[in-house]
Amino acid sequence: MSFPWAKQYEPTNPVAKFFDEKLPLPRLVYNAVGAGYPVPRNLSYMWNFGVLAGFCLVLQIVTGVVLAMHYAANDAVAFNSVEHIMRDVNWGWAMRYAHANGASAFFVVIYLHIFRGFFYSSYKAPREMIWLIGVVIFLLMMATAFMGYVLPWGQMSFWGAKVITGLFGAIPLVGESLQVWLLGGYAPDNAALNRFFSLHFLLPFVIAGCVILHIWALHIPGSSNPTGVEVKSESDTVPFHPYYTAKDGFGLGVFLLIYCAFVFFMPNALGHPDNYIPANPLSTPAHIVPEWYFWPFYAILRAFTFDFILPAKLWGVLAMFAAILVWFFLPWLDKSPVRSGSYRPLFRIFFWVLVVDMLILFWLGGAAAEEPYVMFSQLATAYYFLHFLVILPIISSIEKPKPLPFSITEAVLGSDEKSVLKNKSEPTA
Amino acid sequence: MIRLVGILVGIGFTFVVLLAFVTGAYTAATEGLGEETAEKAFHLEAHGPAGGFAHDGLTPEWDLAQLQRGYQVYKEVCSACHSLEFVAFRNLEDLGYSEDEVKAEAAAWVVPDINPDTGENSTRPGTPTDYFPSPYANDVAAAAANNNAIPPDLSLITKARHHGPEYVYSLLTGYQEPSAELAARFPDSVPGPGLYHNPYFANLNLAMAPPLTTDGQVTYADGTEATVSQMSQDVAAFLTWAAEPSLVDRVKLGWIVMGFLLFVTVLAWLAKKSVWSTLKTRKD
Ligand code: HEC
Ligand code: HEM
Repeated sequence: MSFPWAKQYEPTNPVAKFFDEKLPLPRLVYNAVGAGYPVPRNLSYMWNFGVLAGFCLVLQIVTGVVLAMHYAANDAVAFNSVEHIMRDVNWGWAMRYAHANGASAFFVVIYLHIFRGFFYSSYKAPREMIWLIGVVIFLLMMATAFMGYVLPWGQMSFWGAKVITGLFGAIPLVGESLQVWLLGGYAPDNAALNRFFSLHFLLPFVIAGCVILHIWALHIPGSSNPTGVEVKSESDTVPFHPYYTAKDGFGLGVFLLIYCAFVFFMPNALGHPDNYIPANPLSTPAHIVPEWYFWPFYAILRAFTFDFILPAKLWGVLAMFAAILVWFFLPWLDKSPVRSGSYRPLFRIFFWVLVVDMLILFWLGGAAAEEPYVMFSQLATAYYFLHFLVILPIISSIEKPKPLPFSITEAVLGSDEKSVLKNKSEPTA
Repeated sequence: MIRLVGILVGIGFTFVVLLAFVTGAYTAATEGLGEETAEKAFHLEAHGPAGGFAHDGLTPEWDLAQLQRGYQVYKEVCSACHSLEFVAFRNLEDLGYSEDEVKAEAAAWVVPDINPDTGENSTRPGTPTDYFPSPYANDVAAAAANNNAIPPDLSLITKARHHGPEYVYSLLTGYQEPSAELAARFPDSVPGPGLYHNPYFANLNLAMAPPLTTDGQVTYADGTEATVSQMSQDVAAFLTWAAEPSLVDRVKLGWIVMGFLLFVTVLAWLAKKSVWSTLKTRKD
């Protein structure tokens, strides 16, 4: 579906016509990211991150496929094969640094994309399905990145895999068997490495499939916008191409500048030095930490240190998963009819508290598991759950939102002819 | 309904994590924030040599003369205990040696081989395609010769430690007698037999005897005075190259890429501006 004023694809040259009749792929592209997709005219730069996330996925697939041509998933040689890529394969170091930092870039982009969604409540009707698919994509990304980090088979690869798969052992009754089944053994070894490689290769394509669903679902209601007021008429929109292709092109340039600064000038800044030590099951690193993008959830996991009915470890595992699963329920937890945080004075305050809380959790997930960090992470975890499950439902019923503009056009231009007409016919409005 | 369940679940998690907080805070209040350890009190952060390394920063260069000296230190001192398994003799051409010099250098090393007639283990002089040989037959032999510690392979050591090049330099120049204060406060942290005190090492005592102890321990071919500090920074620079031979090329290429991207991004910005300029904006 699209708005009635959307431009129609009208091929003129015979080849394009031929294609349009037999396989209307150009038409699909035209309607998805071309002039055939009308988009609100007032999108801010916070709307660039969807396209950037798509770019990151392609980047990871391209660099990943090349790496997979030279990588060997066997615990005896995996570490050496990565060094072989770094030293002997032409441009191998560039591919590997691009892939390793590409994963970080992907997560930066996705976190911004998700927090954009939090602020503008992009999850609300009619966009619930887009949001739900988005959370699925995030979960798949986490699984993919976790398994990718195991592949170089360094110390953090091994011990990270051991700790994270060990979490399944906390599940009552079936935990231990489940853990052994997942790993193909009692500790990560060749069997685990092989299946992780297989899944690490597969999951990005599953993500790509989900991305298609995500965009398909998006094209039904169309993009939201910073006012949260739905599109009413043609003057509210501009065609995606050339307006947003140009804007996204500029955004991509800025993104690439920052990303390439990491790849070329500090490629190991986001990694852990221990992963340049080959995996050694007999020597435990002093601090086992996952990659930075897992830190908030790792902090939540470690915050539960008290056995209350259930063992603390199980609470931690439940809370860690709940921390992400709660996002699935946002469309129904936040009942405010107003979407944009700009018109929600109370919500806006708590949104920024959540941002700070999340940054604190990032910091604590990377910190050592000792006091006072554990106490801080307990407070930050408490706020995290209160925010989504208690504060959000309550403020959405007590808050008095600010008046909304009549339309996007009015928000952008200061007035909208149609709103004048409307005022005349409905003097109460 | 969802909201009611949500509020209950939220309060549940909050309650449990706050219980954990209260017990933690109680312990902290009654017993303090964990014990002081010798590592926390006496560990020192790594620092580089005065003036830093030529490969530092955003305009790195390899100081080839220094890399050659560092190689000499590795060869004459460190290679007695440490392997360099990811580096091949052919890579030495990067240090400014000619093909013939590399051939001659490789031939001066003895590498393991198999006797083609009997199939028994044997040795032969190295060739440029060989990798640096390991000083020990296996880890057991390495540990047996070194007070149970295995000297790690050095080919990635500067990437496998925080601030690696600075760390290697600090470690090699940082050996000292444990202070009287350390001995008084943490008697367990005074090095036992076969261990040596070094505040830059993570747990303060390591099994490597100070490898560079006297000025002039190696005689540099280029006449540079071989002080302990000089040898340490030379070998640290050499190991930085060994860990990442592409470092300098990478940063240089990075500048070209950044220049190109900057140009393209400015064009993209102008394009965006011109596309959007046709749209009406707020008429105030
Ligand atoms: C007599 C044998 C011997 C010689 C010679 C030697 N080392 Fe070591 N080295 C060791 C041993 C043994 C260890 C392991 C120490 C431990 O883990 O306690 C070690 C560890 C190291 C470490 C790692 C420390 C850490 O953070 O884990 C570095 C770096 C190092 N040596 C550098 C050098 C350099 C550079 C040279 C040459 C100047 C050298 N070594 C010469 C035996 C030696
Ligand atoms: C969702 C997209 C992807 C993410 C987030 C991701 C993430 C990662 C991460 C974090 C690593 C470890 C990097 C390191 O420290 O070396 C890694 C390694 C690897 N990935 Fe991916 N990856 C993705 C897609 C792919 C794809 C599509 C392939 C192949 C078809 C692939 C192949 C590899 C290989 C062979 C390695 C090991 C080499 C190395 O460690 O550099 N990846 N990946």
